[in-house]
Amino acid sequence: MSQGTIKQKMPQQDANKRVNNFSEVALGYDEETAIKEAERCLQCSNPKCKAGCPVEVDIPEFIELVAEGKFKKAAKKVKEKNNLPAICGRVCPQEEQCEAECIVGIKNEPVGIGRLERFVADYIRDSEKVKPVKQDKGKVAVVGAGPAGLTAGADLAKMGYQVTIFESFHKPGGVLTYGIPEFRLPKEIVQDEVEKIKDLGVEIKLNKVVGKIKGVDELFAEGYDAVFVGTGAGLPKFLGLEGENLNGVYSANEFLTRVNLMKAYKFPKYKTPVYVGDKVAVVGAGNVAMDAARTALRLGAKESMIVYRRGREEMPAREEEIHHAQEEGVEFKLLNNPTRILGDQDGFVRGMECVKMELGERDESGRRRPIAIEGSEFEIDVDTVIMAIGQNPNPILLQDTPEIKTTDWGTIKTDESKETSKEGVFAGGDVVTGAATVIEAMGAGKQAAQSIDQYIQKQG
Amino acid sequence: MYKILDKNKLAPEIVRFKVAAPEVATKAKPGHFLIVRVDEQAERIPLTIADYNRDKGTITIIIQEVGFSSRQICNLDKGDAFLDLVGPLGEPIETKDYDKVVCIGGGLGNAPLYPKAKSLKEHGAEVVSILGAQTAEKLILEEEFNEVSDKLYIATDDGSKGKEGFVTDILEELLEAGEEFELAIAIGPMIMMKAVSELTAKYNLETMVSLNSLMIDGTGMCGGCRVTVAGETKFACVDGPAFDGHLVDFDEQLRRQQFYKEHEAKVKECDHIGGEHQCHKVQ
Repeated sequence: MSQGTIKQKMPQQDANKRVNNFSEVALGYDEETAIKEAERCLQCSNPKCKAGCPVEVDIPEFIELVAEGKFKKAAKKVKEKNNLPAICGRVCPQEEQCEAECIVGIKNEPVGIGRLERFVADYIRDSEKVKPVKQDKGKVAVVGAGPAGLTAGADLAKMGYQVTIFESFHKPGGVLTYGIPEFRLPKEIVQDEVEKIKDLGVEIKLNKVVGKIKGVDELFAEGYDAVFVGTGAGLPKFLGLEGENLNGVYSANEFLTRVNLMKAYKFPKYKTPVYVGDKVAVVGAGNVAMDAARTALRLGAKESMIVYRRGREEMPAREEEIHHAQEEGVEFKLLNNPTRILGDQDGFVRGMECVKMELGERDESGRRRPIAIEGSEFEIDVDTVIMAIGQNPNPILLQDTPEIKTTDWGTIKTDESKETSKEGVFAGGDVVTGAATVIEAMGAGKQAAQSIDQYIQKQG
Repeated sequence: MYKILDKNKLAPEIVRFKVAAPEVATKAKPGHFLIVRVDEQAERIPLTIADYNRDKGTITIIIQEVGFSSRQICNLDKGDAFLDLVGPLGEPIETKDYDKVVCIGGGLGNAPLYPKAKSLKEHGAEVVSILGAQTAEKLILEEEFNEVSDKLYIATDDGSKGKEGFVTDILEELLEAGEEFELAIAIGPMIMMKAVSELTAKYNLETMVSLNSLMIDGTGMCGGCRVTVAGETKFACVDGPAFDGHLVDFDEQLRRQQFYKEHEAKVKECDHIGGEHQCHKVQ
C-alpha cells in the first residue's frame, strides 16, 4: 500500500517552546496531508468505525469526500450527525472509539479519523451561516450549555423545536470553556461552534442557575413541553485530608476555571488571579490531572508532578495526553498516595506527606486495588497542591426538584429513553454517568433529543 | 446587561446601587447573594443582596472600595450596566418565629445584615441592633436600622458616634446585664465575627454569621470558598454563606482571605498607571 503504515504526522509546537505559552499544541493537517491520510481509508462496506462513534458520524462517506478534495461537502456530512466537530476532532479519545474499530488498525496504525474530522471542521470555520428550520413543533428547555446540552439543543432545533438553553456561567460551553485548557482546545473554536448552534435558532440564556432563579416546574409553567438536564458533574471531590484547606490547595476545577474561563494566565490584564508556586503536585491521573499539571508549567511552575496511587497502566488519562505531559517535563510519582498536606506558619502549603503503595487483587472494575505499604510515609517538597480526583454532579437543580430520582453517587437515574423519574424531564451526559467524555455526553444529548421528539409528538 | 438605575454614596468609599434585575428580585430572600462581572476582563465578584423590590424588579447592592475590582464597580454611574449578574445564590436564612434577636453589624457588614433584620422585624421579632464602624462618617444604614430595630446601639472605634469601642463591648454589656436573646446574627469583618462568636459562646447564645469567603463561580463547582464548620468542609456559596458561628474555624478563614494579597497588590499597581487598558504593560 502506497499510503503507508502509519498516520500522517500532525505538526505540533515543540515541547520546549509550547511549555511557555497557552497556544494550541497540535497544529492540524494541511489540505495535502489530509487527502493523503483520507486515502488510507479502505472504504469498508460494513464500516466498524461508525459503530464506535457515539454520535454515529458517517465516517467512510466523509473521508471519501476528503480524499476527493471536497472538503466543504465532507464537513457538511460530518455536521449531519455531529454538532461540534472541531471540538470532537480535538478532544475525543478516538483510540478507544472510532479508531479502535478501524480495520486498517489491525495491522497498521488506524486511519486518523479524529484528525480528519478536525481538518474539515476547521476548513469551514468561516463559512456562511446556516438557516434555521421553522420552529413550530414545541418548546424545549435545556439546562446546561455543555456538550450534552448543546448537542440536544442543536438536534432539537434541527427537528423544528424552539429551544432555550439555560447556563449558569457567563459563557456557554461547560467543561469545553472552563475545564479543557486553551493549549488543547482554543476557546475561540468553542465560541465559534457555539455560534453555529445559535445560528440554528437555539437561544442561550447565560447567568441563569436553574434551581435558584427558577425551578423545573416553573419551566413547564412557562410553556416548555419538555426539559433536558445536562448539568454535568462539576462538584469537586476532596480527600478529607489534614491540611486540605491550606492556602495553595486547589480543586482542579477551581484552578482550571480561573485559568480557562477567567483567563488568569493573562493576569493582570484580566483581573482574576491564580496562585502557582515553584513546585506543584497534582493528585490524580485522569485527563483533568494532566490538564492541571501542564497548565501549572505554563504558569511558571519549576516542577510539576502527577501523584497517583496506582501504576502507569492504570492511569485513566488519554495516552496522548500522558505523552504530551511527559514531553513537557511533568514528573510522574506513581504508586504514591497523599496522607496529609503540611503547612507553614502563615497557612501556606510547604509539603505533602505520601505513603508508598503496592497493587493487590483486581476489584470489580478490573483494576488492581492499591494498598498502602505500612511505615513507608515520606515527605515531598511542594508549595501548591491540586486535587484532580474526580467530580460529582452538582446538587442545586436536584435539591429544588426532589422528584428526580438519583443514585447513591448523586447521578440522575434515567430509563433507556433518557427520561428521568419526573415526566417530561430527560437527562444525559455526566449528570447521569458521572464524569466521562465529551463525545459520550454528546451521544447522550443526541439520544435524548430523539426521545424528547417522540415524547412531545405522543403528547400531541 | 443589568442596568444601574440609581447610585448614592453612603460613606467615603461605600456606594449603594439599585440595579434592574426583575427575575432575581422575584426570587431574592434574606441571606442570598449574587455575583457580578463588570466587563470582559473583570473578576466575578460576590455581593450580598442588601434589599429588593419585587414590584419594581430591582435589587440593591452596597459595595466598598477595597481593591481594583471593587473600585471599578464603585466608579460605575447611574445608567451604566453590569455585563453579567447571576443570582440569587446561596441558602436563604430562616427569619420566622423568633421572639427576640440581636443583630450585630460591622462596617460594610451592615449591608448584608439589613435584609435579615428587616425580615425578622416583619415576622414579629423584637430586634436589638448593634452597629459598628471605624468613624461616624463610615457608619452606614443607621436610618434603615432605626426603622426595623426596637433598640439601636452604635459603636465607633474613635468614639465619634455612640460608644467608643467595638460592637462586642456593647454586646457584652447587654449580656452581662442579663438581657436574653434567642439568636445573635453577626456580620462584618471576619475578625469581628470571630470575636462576637467567642463572646456569645460563653453565654450559650446561638449565633449566626455570614462569611465573606473568596469565590469564583458561586455555584459549588470549585470549592474556592471552602470553610471548616464543626470539623467538616463546607462550601460557603452553596451550604452558606450563613453558618453557626460557634462551629466555624475562623482562623482558617482569616488565613484564606490573605491568599491573594500579593496579586491584589499587583492589580493595584496596574491601576496606578491608568487602569485596565494599560495593564498588559506591567506584565
